[in-house]
Amino acid sequence: MSNVAEMPSGKIPSELLQKHGAALDAWFDERFSKKLKEAEESKTPSLAIIATKGTMDWAYPPFILASTASALGWDVNVFFTFYGLELLKKELQLEVSPLGNPGMPMKMPFGPKWFKGINWNIPNLVMAGVPGFEKVATGLMKKTVKNCGVASVQELRDVCVEAGVNLVACQMTVDLFGYTRDDFIPEVKDWIGAASFLPIAQKSDVCLFI
Amino acid sequence: MPNTAQELDARGLNCPLPILRAKKALNGLQHGQILRIRATDPGAVKDFDAFCKSTGNELVSSEQSSGEYVFQIRKN
Repeated sequence: MSNVAEMPSGKIPSELLQKHGAALDAWFDERFSKKLKEAEESKTPSLAIIATKGTMDWAYPPFILASTASALGWDVNVFFTFYGLELLKKELQLEVSPLGNPGMPMKMPFGPKWFKGINWNIPNLVMAGVPGFEKVATGLMKKTVKNCGVASVQELRDVCVEAGVNLVACQMTVDLFGYTRDDFIPEVKDWIGAASFLPIAQKSDVCLFI
Repeated sequence: MPNTAQELDARGLNCPLPILRAKKALNGLQHGQILRIRATDPGAVKDFDAFCKSTGNELVSSEQSSGEYVFQIRKN
């Protein structure tokens, strides 16, 4: 052990390594996993959502996930692009279309239980041909939502704004669809493009395209 | 029984409203104070468990009685 003092710093003498190598490995592994765990636990989780749809049904997933993540203390960014911009309008006028959506149950939100349970199987041709069909469907959906104690889209958006969720809009879509910034709520934090959003998404623990 | 600092009636509300309302109520509480929540959403049982685990608040109790769920959360 006489040469220890001559060793460059950071190097462990081979003699020592041979003798205690396994113990050193075990010590390092234990310490490393402990430090890693500490670092993971102290990190604030983050969520990035790309919201691309502008109908009432598709408005729910981004706002539910964003508001819940913010309640969990996460950092949240939502990038609204294409039809998703509808979700940032000052006056939300979201509708739902059952046309061409075979997954959507068509049930009545009123009447006795047996009546509410009926799934009205309406052919696409009828849905497409009857004027105002979407208005009716939207009205029924809103009623169902209210009956079930589910939040309105407006309410969830308000929670997001209040909780400081970073709502950012796609500038290209604003230009493409001929909107002006005045059409949207003043809480929109930024008007950006893909090149600005991708680095945000890159650093996020969870990234969702909706 | 721990002292309850605030009551929250989340009955009739559905996911994720009970969590969002609870979070808001907890913001107004002091460290160590207890929020008591009444809910009817069966999903709230797992949600409040997960909520407390990830926010570091303590789920003191989670009970079910006559179709209602009662949760007590101590703010940390």
